Amino acid sequence: MSETTEHSQTESSTPKLILPDIPGFKNIETYLKHGGYGDRLKKVFSMTPVAVTDEVKKSNLRGRGGAAFPTGLKWSFMPKDNARKRYLLINGDESEPGSFKDRQIFEFNPHQIIEGMLIASYAMQVDHAYLYIRGEYAYWYRLMEKAVADAYAKGFIGEKMKEMFPASGDGVSYSVDITLHKGAGAYIVGEESALMNSLEGGRGYPRVKPPFPANVGLWGQPTTINNVETIANVPIIMEMGGEAFSKIGEPKHPGTLLLGLSGHVNRPGVYELPSGTLLTDVIYKYGGGVPGNKKIKMVIPGGSSMPPLRGDSLEGVKMDAESLKLVGSSIGTGGIMVMDEDTDIIHVLTRIAKFYWHESCGQCTPCREGTGWLLKVLRRIDQGQGAPSDIDLLHDVAQNIEGRTICALGEAAAWPVKFTVQRFREEFEKKVSTNNVPSSPNRVHSLRVGGLEPVQVHVPIVVRV
Amino acid sequence: MFNQEELQEIETLRKRYPEAKAMVLPMLWRVQEKQGWIDDAGMEAVAMVCDVPKSHVWGVVSFYTMFFDKPMGRYHVQVCTNVSCMLNGGEKLYAEMKSKLGIGHRERTVDGTFSLEEVECMGACGGAPMIAVNETFFERVTSAEASDVIDSIRSSNTIPAPKHIVQMPELSPAANE
Ligand SMILES: Cc1cc2nc3c(=O)[nH]c(=O)nc-3n(C[C@H](O)[C@H](O)[C@H](O)COP(=O)(O)O)c2cc1C
Ligand code: SF4
Ligand code: FES
Repeated sequence: MSETTEHSQTESSTPKLILPDIPGFKNIETYLKHGGYGDRLKKVFSMTPVAVTDEVKKSNLRGRGGAAFPTGLKWSFMPKDNARKRYLLINGDESEPGSFKDRQIFEFNPHQIIEGMLIASYAMQVDHAYLYIRGEYAYWYRLMEKAVADAYAKGFIGEKMKEMFPASGDGVSYSVDITLHKGAGAYIVGEESALMNSLEGGRGYPRVKPPFPANVGLWGQPTTINNVETIANVPIIMEMGGEAFSKIGEPKHPGTLLLGLSGHVNRPGVYELPSGTLLTDVIYKYGGGVPGNKKIKMVIPGGSSMPPLRGDSLEGVKMDAESLKLVGSSIGTGGIMVMDEDTDIIHVLTRIAKFYWHESCGQCTPCREGTGWLLKVLRRIDQGQGAPSDIDLLHDVAQNIEGRTICALGEAAAWPVKFTVQRFREEFEKKVSTNNVPSSPNRVHSLRVGGLEPVQVHVPIVVRV
Repeated sequence: MFNQEELQEIETLRKRYPEAKAMVLPMLWRVQEKQGWIDDAGMEAVAMVCDVPKSHVWGVVSFYTMFFDKPMGRYHVQVCTNVSCMLNGGEKLYAEMKSKLGIGHRERTVDGTFSLEEVECMGACGGAPMIAVNETFFERVTSAEASDVIDSIRSSNTIPAPKHIVQMPELSPAANE
């Protein structure tokens, strides 16, 4: 798709691989005119499936769903034998607060998602591919429905693929069906094994791993789960070659990233920028800075579950998985939330804690109980009833959730609290007072409202001090 | 619950999944689209179509926040108070909606026109603060605009068209439409 990479309006313009600056790109005709489907797929289907996976490996593409796992490697985990059915499941649940990038792909470049799904399906010889979209995105679900119907009508999906792309020589022609599936409001369903349970028609409970989905996935069969943005990168990789792709942005996490900028910024929105772009550039150069020219107190760089950064430590921080790891955070979904100097960090953190408490599926004790405890303690600090000892208590509760749960929602809930306590301790100290004495021997459950009888409950888990 | 034509569609849908149980969510959506909420008869019908116990269907309904187990308003107003919206006044907006409609979280007005819900992030953070009415998002809304949306629904019985919000500030206007 050379048109998209060559586009250069201003000197600051960077490659737009996922959200190109082309009017009407969402329409199949425009998409075809710019090199989508047709010849590109023909080329892909003339390669061996292993060669396609190798190309993706070469690109060093890493997942955009949160964990930045190498995509080609993930694909290669699928068993090679033909005995069982295989599935591809694309994760469009996008519910992590601060993330709204997959939505733009649904709206502005739906066919690249479909084409990416076709290529991935071929590479793993998938029998059926599903695209799960969160229920709140009903409007975008309909846009995708239309895109899928258009692609079916043109013969790019389903049985007709066999006529469209006849096998050469003694090869077998390939075809795959794509089905859209609508969620119904549950953040936890974004976790890949919960996603499978939800698609199968159950409650969105995460599964214990191992076994991993590549072995035991949807209906017990080999399954690969990828994020929407991840899969939308695949046609570009096949177009430009894995090696060329691997040279865009930061070598260890190459390509462009869709960074969702929100909070206290003048120009919020989704910016497609090469990985490794300076966080301060995203906020100031692209996002137009903070309203009222205020200072920044805190930035969450990758969706609400990622460790927050202090406003005075943003200099030189780059937006890619490895660079953010170095400064003690994570790229997550690339949803950047900016908070100015007047922000009440405790209030924000309390809201985040409420979210994770609300979304915990309740299977694991540390997560089910711990998210509630975090919320309780944070609420009383937020309401001016916190004691100084509550600060360490928060840290301890968070510490006791981490690593003790079935899925990573435990960490998602613990990290923001733990790292906010570590990095913004002064904010907590401003809000607590030695006058607030726990009214109950159970430190977590103390409601600390004047006149209440102390409640005699004992925490079954030892909280380390 | 389902007429002949719908049963035909269900047959077609069934072919997309190896097991009937996978149709629980799609079927529940159908029931809710038809009658606004999922009643006992609806759950029973879904259980029959999907070959699962009714208790399973109830388990699913109660797990997902978008399935209603009681009648809601014809216009379901959702106000996001998660971080990005909160930083831009989402909590105030929610308080205003509560008093304007005279109802609280997951309640509905006596005449059945409106219901209200404080929701988690809707994926519209770049357009914060936001409210949604049924499936329509209103982004970067002021208090006055949000209030106008309600008034407009009251007087015209339709959801007004939301204003256009540029989602990708870097790109040209045409690509942004
Ligand atoms: C609590 C939780 C929520 C998640 N939500 C999403 C989501 O909404 N979308 C997504 O793509 N990945 C989400 N993930 C990550 C997925 O589990 C999975 O790693 C990802 O979809 C894999 O795709 P990728 O390799 O392309 O990144 C979530 C993970 C956790 C633990
Ligand atoms: S960590 Fe929390 S959300 Fe994940 S499985 Fe356990 S209880 Fe459920
Ligand atoms: S925080 Fe309100 S839409 Fe994301």
